[in-house]
Amino acid sequence: MLLETVLFYLFATVAIISAVFVVIRKNPVSSAVSLVITFLSLAGLYVLLNAHFVAAVQILVYAGAIMVLFLFVIMLMDLKREEDFFSKLRIQKYFGIVFAVIFLAEGFIAIKAFGTRSLSKEIYTPENIAEAGGNTKVIGKLLFTDFLLPFEVTSVLLLVAIIGAVVLGKKED
Amino acid sequence: MITLTHYLILSGVLFTIGLIGVLVRRSALVIFMCIELMLNAVNLTFIAFSRYLNSLDGQVFVFFVLSVAAAEVVVGLAIIILIFRNRATVNVDEINLMKW
Repeated sequence: MLLETVLFYLFATVAIISAVFVVIRKNPVSSAVSLVITFLSLAGLYVLLNAHFVAAVQILVYAGAIMVLFLFVIMLMDLKREEDFFSKLRIQKYFGIVFAVIFLAEGFIAIKAFGTRSLSKEIYTPENIAEAGGNTKVIGKLLFTDFLLPFEVTSVLLLVAIIGAVVLGKKED
Repeated sequence: MITLTHYLILSGVLFTIGLIGVLVRRSALVIFMCIELMLNAVNLTFIAFSRYLNSLDGQVFVFFVLSVAAAEVVVGLAIIILIFRNRATVNVDEINLMKW
């Protein structure tokens, strides 16, 4: 229990600090690297929450594939540093921060109103999952039974994304 | 003892940092990264609820969010590259015309 608490605060702190760095770093490459650190600490949190499969996918897809894509594009474009760091429209900057903080307060109020009472008694307790063969196996079964249609639609979505990227990236002749 | 509330607060803070980034940064690439940050904050909420409600639906949803995020990044970055080819900038304040 104590270990869980320590790990939670460790990962949470790292995630928040590197998320702040994503926003305040001028160089897009260091923003991207900070984002990778955020993703890695989120993967740690997923493991704490017993979501082992999603933690692995988080590292493979987000920290691996998506961030490599970002870094490739940054290097392809050879961006100079953003000169006027924040917007030229000063008013937009202040209003943006104010409204974001109001949004956060609203979220806190909602969480506080909800409290920590449990909603329902579903069957997938950690013991049941371990008995059924582990997190990955159970998720795989769910994906191919209850969520079969969304799963297939996702493959169509990925196909559309591939076609879109090819069409957009093609040089016009 | 770490409760659901801890995770929800962390997720709210991460989402807000991403939101501030989208609102104050002017580089299209960094705005994209901040959108990824917001998506991840939502994923954390899904998984925290999935754990504390003893349901796996949240984790399956994260799987779908991941694939939508991947598709979004691919198409979005292709559009950003096209804009950069045409205008030699990715500053969203300068990209304010549909046609010129």
